[in-house]
Amino acid sequence: MRRRKLPGYLSPAERGWFYVFRFYGLVVLFFLVVPLVVIVPLSFNASPYFTFTRKMLELQPSGYSLSWYKQFFTDPAWTHALKNSFIIAPIATICATVLGTLASLGLTRPHMPYRSAITAVLVLPMIVPLIITATALFFYFSYLHIVDSYLGVVIAHTILGTPFVVITVTATLEGLDPQFYRAALSLGASPSRSFFKVVMPLVLPGIISGALFAFMTSFDEVVIVLFIAGPQQKTLPLQMWTNLRYTIDPTILAVATLILLLAVVLLGGLELFRRRSEKLRGIKV
Amino acid sequence: MCAEVTTSAKGVPAEAGTPGLKASLRRAERRKRRGAFLLTLPLLLFITVMFLIPLCGMIWLSVANTTVPTYMPKTVAALSHWNGKDLPSEDAYAAVAADLGVAFKNHTFGRIAKRLNEEMPGSFGLINKTTFRSARVKEAPASWKAELEKIDGAWGKRPIWTLLKRESSPVTADFYIAAIDMQYSAQGVLERVPSYERIYLPLFWRTGWMSILITVLTLVLGYPLAYWISRLPESKANLMMIAVLLPFWTSLLVRITAWIVLLQSHGVVNSILVGSGAVSDNARPMLMNNAFGTVVVMTQVLLPFMVLPLYSVMKAIPDSYVRAAVSMGAHPWRAFWRVFAPLTLPGVGAGVLLVFILSIGYYITPELVGGQNGQFISNRIAYNVQESLNWGLAAALGTILTVVTMILFVLYGYISGNKKVSIA
Repeated sequence: MRRRKLPGYLSPAERGWFYVFRFYGLVVLFFLVVPLVVIVPLSFNASPYFTFTRKMLELQPSGYSLSWYKQFFTDPAWTHALKNSFIIAPIATICATVLGTLASLGLTRPHMPYRSAITAVLVLPMIVPLIITATALFFYFSYLHIVDSYLGVVIAHTILGTPFVVITVTATLEGLDPQFYRAALSLGASPSRSFFKVVMPLVLPGIISGALFAFMTSFDEVVIVLFIAGPQQKTLPLQMWTNLRYTIDPTILAVATLILLLAVVLLGGLELFRRRSEKLRGIKV
Repeated sequence: MCAEVTTSAKGVPAEAGTPGLKASLRRAERRKRRGAFLLTLPLLLFITVMFLIPLCGMIWLSVANTTVPTYMPKTVAALSHWNGKDLPSEDAYAAVAADLGVAFKNHTFGRIAKRLNEEMPGSFGLINKTTFRSARVKEAPASWKAELEKIDGAWGKRPIWTLLKRESSPVTADFYIAAIDMQYSAQGVLERVPSYERIYLPLFWRTGWMSILITVLTLVLGYPLAYWISRLPESKANLMMIAVLLPFWTSLLVRITAWIVLLQSHGVVNSILVGSGAVSDNARPMLMNNAFGTVVVMTQVLLPFMVLPLYSVMKAIPDSYVRAAVSMGAHPWRAFWRVFAPLTLPGVGAGVLLVFILSIGYYITPELVGGQNGQFISNRIAYNVQESLNWGLAAALGTILTVVTMILFVLYGYISGNKKVSIA
């Protein structure tokens, strides 16, 4: 990699500051990222400890194993939780995305009445602390007798996901030039055809990133599940919580590594969609 | 608009179509408004029914007082005209006996006992004992007063009656009073609870100061980082921002797992400290299960929320501003403080409030790495919901936390201006 040269007119003190900032920035990035990286090698630990064993440090093959991954994919407690998460998160994501996208279409219409008040109400679930939402839903669901049910968990996760969809889709729609839609109409396309053939492809990246946010929220959520789910609805985060709380063993490191991988893939996907969206609109290549 | 229509209709013998046109325009406008509203309606209904109503329900629960009015209706009626000074009259005693008799049959006396015990320790035993013993009385005695006083002397003293009278009202401030560590004395006067029993005020205080500390730490770490990234060429800056966003995108439990691996007593950090000889093996410092653990972990967890608004504000400030100040003779330091720093203030305000708001409501992190002295108010809410089953108190604490968060959020909206609340 080519080193960027500092401009020649800088004084030595300014150069010094530049390097100080760089050092400080790197230290802070280190603080942000390294704790996450440490768990990756540890998840291949052959012994049931959370630290690097002597064998691992000497890079002996016998110090490493895949046993914790095997444990994760075979222990019913973990597989059941994984299955639950992959049932609950997609359903909640679909509900949140449909409801949120419809609402955003309404909110960005020029004739929308009480726009700011309604927006404020719709993003409220993101603002209220999770513990409060969990408490309130627990009381309410006990009253409705839907505690310990899949329905309750899906409803709760849909509530948490919608603000993300509303915010990203609204932002995308606001950045959309209405001329495109009008141009399609003027060229003879029907309103619905103009919408699905012109507006939709342009807004899709926004919808997908909103849906990804909603998915991650549901996939990561533990407080509400802790309050309103029964053993039958145990999700992956709840199983991780139980593991951290009571029976801590390195299986959780394997799970954490896999989730980290998922986050990297999703973040990369989101970045690709952002670029595609910019390209489509001709903002930047 | 309306006046215009009338004049044109009255004054000028305008083309017959004009008022009709206006009316149909208005109709079209109304239709469009309705169309837009109908699109938001499904979500609005969903959020109202499944989020706003539960939230209001929680607030109602924090003031609702149903136990005594529901299960002891006769007592409530009998005490309604008691002056509160002397002992109540015979009919109040008879009412208590009658109510407890019904409660015994319906198996509801336990709820009465539990509720009264929350307010006055010892009432649990008193109610249970009175219920069982009075149920054994076959024929109505000449004086229930004498009978109850024989069962337990407490019926011959005022405190239990004062309590029953206070609990007669369908709305109560008891939970809020308990939430700020106060209580009614035996004489029915408000007082602070003894210092060893004070839980909630110290906890609110701790939640506050630890959140402030975490906010300051994220600012101290995040400001230079955001500044550095914002001055990098775009391609590099994007890479750095991905590094900032990665923890933000990773599951909270994964991050906490990572920190437990690092900080536990035989964890990575302690092993390095011991291995390098900095501390001896049997003097490993406690790095988690205390306030230190909470602060360190939450600082890392919340740091992206500080960096993101700072970065977006700083990126919008052109280099030329500071250069102009320097070229006019300002010392670079002065140029930074007088030109650059003030321009970043909206970002600082938004970041600080966002981190603080998120911090005071955190539950998972303090619960897993906070031990005893790193707990927040949310942990106590959870405890009251799940373990002590004092839902009214949990609701009161929750309402206080909600109100504080809302006030701060309005402030946040004010500082970040008309910009949309952007987390991403």
